[in-house]
Amino acid sequence: MSVTVAHTLDEALELLAATPSATVLAGGTDLMVELNMGHRRTDAVVCVNRVGELRSWRHDPGTDTLRIGAAITYAELMDAPLAGFSPALAQAARTVGSPQIRNAATIGGNVGTASPAGDGLPVLRALDAVVHLASTAGTRDVPFAEFATGPKRTVVQPGELITGVTIPVLNGFQGYSKVGVRNAMVIATASACLAVDTNGHTVRLALGSVGPVILRAPEAETIAVQAADFEAGTIDPEAIPAFAAAAAAAARPIDDHRSTAAYRRRAIEVLSRRLLTRAFPAPTPGASS
Amino acid sequence: MSATTATTTTTTTTTTTGAPVTGRLGDSPVRPDGIAKVQGSFAFSGDLSADGSLWGATLRSPHPYARIVSIDLSGAWAINGVEAVVTAEDVPGKPTYGLIDQDQPVFASEYVRYVGEPVAAVAANHPETCRRALAAIRVEYEVLEPLTDPERAADGTFPPIHPNGNVFRHQRIVRGDTEATGEVVVESDYEIGMQDQAFLGLEAALAIPDPGGEGVELYVATQWLHEDRGQIAACLDLPAEKVRLTLGGVGGAFGAREDISLQVHTCLLALRTGRPVRIAYSREESFLGHVHRHPARIWMRHHATRDGKIVKIEARIVMDGGAYASTSSAVLINAVTHMQGPYKCENAVVDGWAVRTNHLPCGAMRGFGVVQACFAHEGQMDRLAAACGLDPVEIRLRNAMETGDRLITGQVIENVAPVRECILETAALPLPDEPVGGHDGDPMRLPGGAGLTADRSHIRRGIGWGVAIKNLMYSEGFDDFSTARVTLRDGVASLKFATAEVGQGFVTLAGQIARSVLGVDDVVLEPIDTTVGSAGSTSASRQTWMSGGAVDGACRLVREQLFAHVGAQHGVDPLRLAIDGRDVVDTMGDLCVPVAQATAGLVFEDTFEHHHRPTEELDENGQGNCHTAFAFVAHRAVVDVDPELGLVKVVQIATAQDVGRALNPLSVIGQIEGGIAQGVGLAVMEEIVQIDGRVRNANFTDYLLPTFLDMPDVVATLIEHPDPMAPLGAKGVGEPPCISSTPAVVAAIRDAIGKDLTRTPVRPSDIVF
Ligand SMILES: Cc1cc2nc3c(=O)[nH]c(=O)nc-3n(C[C@H](O)[C@H](O)[C@H](O)COP(=O)(O)OP(=O)(O)OC[C@H]3O[C@@H](n4cnc5c(N)ncnc54)[C@H](O)[C@@H]3O)c2cc1C
Repeated sequence: MSVTVAHTLDEALELLAATPSATVLAGGTDLMVELNMGHRRTDAVVCVNRVGELRSWRHDPGTDTLRIGAAITYAELMDAPLAGFSPALAQAARTVGSPQIRNAATIGGNVGTASPAGDGLPVLRALDAVVHLASTAGTRDVPFAEFATGPKRTVVQPGELITGVTIPVLNGFQGYSKVGVRNAMVIATASACLAVDTNGHTVRLALGSVGPVILRAPEAETIAVQAADFEAGTIDPEAIPAFAAAAAAAARPIDDHRSTAAYRRRAIEVLSRRLLTRAFPAPTPGASS
Repeated sequence: MSATTATTTTTTTTTTTGAPVTGRLGDSPVRPDGIAKVQGSFAFSGDLSADGSLWGATLRSPHPYARIVSIDLSGAWAINGVEAVVTAEDVPGKPTYGLIDQDQPVFASEYVRYVGEPVAAVAANHPETCRRALAAIRVEYEVLEPLTDPERAADGTFPPIHPNGNVFRHQRIVRGDTEATGEVVVESDYEIGMQDQAFLGLEAALAIPDPGGEGVELYVATQWLHEDRGQIAACLDLPAEKVRLTLGGVGGAFGAREDISLQVHTCLLALRTGRPVRIAYSREESFLGHVHRHPARIWMRHHATRDGKIVKIEARIVMDGGAYASTSSAVLINAVTHMQGPYKCENAVVDGWAVRTNHLPCGAMRGFGVVQACFAHEGQMDRLAAACGLDPVEIRLRNAMETGDRLITGQVIENVAPVRECILETAALPLPDEPVGGHDGDPMRLPGGAGLTADRSHIRRGIGWGVAIKNLMYSEGFDDFSTARVTLRDGVASLKFATAEVGQGFVTLAGQIARSVLGVDDVVLEPIDTTVGSAGSTSASRQTWMSGGAVDGACRLVREQLFAHVGAQHGVDPLRLAIDGRDVVDTMGDLCVPVAQATAGLVFEDTFEHHHRPTEELDENGQGNCHTAFAFVAHRAVVDVDPELGLVKVVQIATAQDVGRALNPLSVIGQIEGGIAQGVGLAVMEEIVQIDGRVRNANFTDYLLPTFLDMPDVVATLIEHPDPMAPLGAKGVGEPPCISSTPAVVAAIRDAIGKDLTRTPVRPSDIVF
C-alpha cells in the first residue's frame, strides 16, 4: 500500500489524477475504522489534512457567506471564531465523538462519508450549503441537497477531492439536537437542525438518521413560517404541534439494532418541537398585549 | 524448618515496575503497576512478542446452527507464508474443554452451534497472510434452524442441538410451607439483557514450543492459570507439567477470561510449527470469543403480610446459557439461591433452568447470576412497598436479614450481615445538592448531554433503591484453595503466587500483607506463573480472602521461623516475640532487633495453602449449605429522566457496602466506582443484541459503555465489621457494587416517570412508549 502526504492542493489533485482509485485520508476517523474492520480495502492512500488550502476558512462579508476548508476539524468548528458564524455547526461539532476524535476528524470527512448519521450534515442541509469539488480537470460546486445519492453514496468522482463547503451566515436562531443512547460519543439515532433566517423570513429544518440521506421537512417549514412573527421573534403556540407532527411525517426511519422506526419518528417530533420553542421562546406572560 | 544461609540466587521481578511501593494493611499505597499503566509502558498480553514468532488467526462460524458438510483447506495451504492450518482433526487430545462440563469443541467438527464458533486456525508470517488464508478456507455448511428461544429449550419443545441436550441444569428450591399465602401478593415478569465484560485489553497470548514439541510455554491474560493449564494439557494430550503458563499483562477480566478462548489454539499452532505463535483478538472477535452475562427471564411472586413482612417467594428463572455449558450450572445455582435477596424469608418455591441455545455462550461475569436475581427481587420489593403503602427504605428495613437467619436453602448466615446498617448508612448519605441540570445550567449535566436535546423544564428526577446479598468464593463442595510461598531473605520478602492480577490490585495488597506481618519494607513479587501451586480463579470476589489468606498464612509461618531464630539467638521464648514496625520485639522485655538485621545473610521460606470451610451440594429440593460466605450492599440512585425522549442521566449513586475490613481503602473505592459504572451500564445502555442468532453490535460503536459523562457521582460509606471467618477480616468487595446498582437505577427511572419498567437495560423506547 502506498501512502502519500500532500501539502498543496495541486499536489493532492495530481496524486489523485495519477491514481484515481486512491483513497483520500483526512482525519482517518471513518476510514481507519472501515479498513480495520475489513469493510474496505485500498492500495493507495493520499493524505490531505496537511493541505493548506483545505486547512483554511474565509468569511466573505460581501455575500455574508463562510467557506470552510474540507480539512477543518470539529475542534476548530466548536470554538471561536468559527462558532460565531454558525452556532448550529458548532453545536453539531461538539456532539461528535470525544476530544481526541474532534481533534482529528474533519468536516470534509463527514461530508465524504455521507452517513445519514453524520452530525455535521443536517446543519449543512438546513443551511443549503454548497460542496466544492476539484480535480485536475477543474472545479465544480454541488448543492449539498444533491451531494449524497444514498447512504454513504455521493456524486464524488474518482480523482475528485472535496475542497470545502460554503454556508450562508444567517441572522437568527440556529440549533442542533441529537438523540443517542449515551450522553456523549454516540451515533445519532435521530437528529435535527433548525435554522431561522430572520432577514429572509425562512425556517429550515433538516433531519438526520431518519432516512437514507439527510432530509428536509418542507411542510413543517411552511407551517413555521406562516405562524412566525420574525420581527417580534414569536410564534403562534398552536402551530408548534402541527410543525412537530409535520416534521415527524417527513422522517423516513427504519428499524435496526440501534432503535426502532417508531422511536425515531417520535424523537424527531420532540426535537423539532423543542427546537422551534427555543427559536421562538414563548413571550413572558403579561409582557405583551 | 530452619533458617539456611543465603545463597546468591537471582529473583526475577514481575513486569510491574515503577516507584517503590510502601504501605501496610489499612493504608492505600499506589499500585506497583499503576504508574506504568497510566504512562502506557505496562506490557499487556497484546504487547507480547518473541523472536521469529508467527501470527495465528481463527476461522469462525458464520451460522448460528449448521452441519459442517466439508472443509477444504487447500486454498489456505497454497498461500505463501502460511505455516499451519489446523481443524478439529488436528487436536491431539480431548476434543472439547470447559470449566464444569467439557462440552465446548476446540474446533467445531460436525456442527457449529453459534455465530463465531471456531472452525479452523492458521499460523502465518503476517496478520494479513492469516486473513487471506482464512478467506481461502472453504467450508460447506448445511444451515439448520437455530434454537433462539430459551423457553423452547426449557420446555423441551425444540429438538436437542447437542448430544447432552438443551438443558444445562434445572434446580428447584422448596422450603417451608409451600401453600403459605400472604394478605398482599405482588408479581411480575422481569428480563435482563446480555451484558459483555468489555474489558479494554483484548484477548492475546504468545505460545513458545519446547524443542522437540514435548511441551509448551504460554503467556496469556487469564483469570486462572492452573485451570487453563489443566484444560490445555488435556486437549493437547500433554502431561500438565509440560504446559507452563505465565500471566501476560491483563487489561481487565470481569469473568470473561475464566474460560478458554485462544489458549489451546495458540499452543496447538506453536507445537505444529515449532515456532512461537501469537494470537491477538480484535474487538469484534473478542465479543464472539468469550462468554457473557446470561440473559434471563424471571417471573416472581411475593406473598407478604399487610405490614410488609415477606411470607413466601415464588420464582421461575430461565437463563440463556448459549451454545456451550461454561459455568451455566453454577451461575444458575447462584441465581436460584439468591432469589430472596438480603431479606428474611421462610417459605419458597423457586424453579430455575439454565439452557442451551444457538446464542453466544454465557458464563462468568461480575455478579455471577446474582445480578439477574437481584434485578427481580428488588423490583418486587418496590412493588411490595407500593402495595403495602410503605416507602422503599421501610419495606427493606422491615425484612432485612441478620446473622443467624436462614437462606431459602436452609443455610444459616454465619457471617457478619449488616443489611440494616447498609441501608441506613446509605440513606444517611447526602442527596445531590445540585438541581436538575446542575448549578450553572450546564447542558452536559442533563439527559442527552452533548446532544442538547432537553431543557431543564423537560426533566423529571427520581430516586430508587437496590440492596443485595452476594456469596463469596466458590460453592457446592468445590475446594477453591489458594497457595502462596514467601521467602524472607536479608530483610526482603519475596512473594510467589499464581494469583492472576487482572486489575483488582492483589499485587498491591500482597505487599501490604507481607509488610504488616513480617515488618519489612521491601517486597518483591515473583512472576505469576504455574511454578507454584494454584491460587484458584480471580473471580467470585475471592482473591483478597483466599490468596490474601494464603500470603498471610505463609508470612505467619515465616515469621514463626524468624521468631524461633531470634528467640534462640537471644535466649527468649519465641512466643514472647512480635513484630512492631520494622523490628522484632520482646513483648515482655527490652529486646528489639530490626528485621533486616535479624535476617541478614539468612533465608526463611515457607508455603501455605489457604482453604475455606467446606461447602455442600444442594439436594433435589435445593437444600444444603452450598455457599462459603456472604457480603451485603445497598445502593440509592438519583436519576434525571427526559420522559419524552427516554434519555437518562444518572446523577448520583450513594452506597454503603459491607467490606469486613478495608485493607486498602483506595482499592475498595476503586472497586465500588468501577462496579457502579458496570451496573449503570447494564441499567441504561449495555446490551449485546442478537437477532436470529447473529450479533448486531460486536463493536464499541454500538455496544455502548458509560463514558465519563454518563458516570454518576458516587458517595460511599464502608461498613467495617471485620468478619471472623475471613483470614484478614476482609470480605470480597469486587462484585457487590455492580449487583444492586442496576436495580437502583431502574427503580429511580420508574420513580421519575411513574411507569413500570421490568426490563434492563432500559431503552429509550421503553420509557417513551
Ligand atoms: C470513536 C468515533 C466516534 C465518532 N463519533 C462521531 C459522531 O459523534 N458524529 C459523527 O458524525 N461522526 C462520528 N464519527 C465519524 C467520523 O469522526 C466523522 O464522520 C468525521 O467527520 C470523519 O472525518 P475524517 O476527517 O476523520 O474522515 P476520514 O476518515 O479521513 O475520511 C472519511 C471518508 O471521506 C473521504 N474523504 C475525507 N476527506 C475527503 C476530501 N477532502 N475529499 C474527498 N473525500 C474525502 C475519505 O476517503 C473517506 O471515505 C466517529 C468516529 C469515531 C472513530
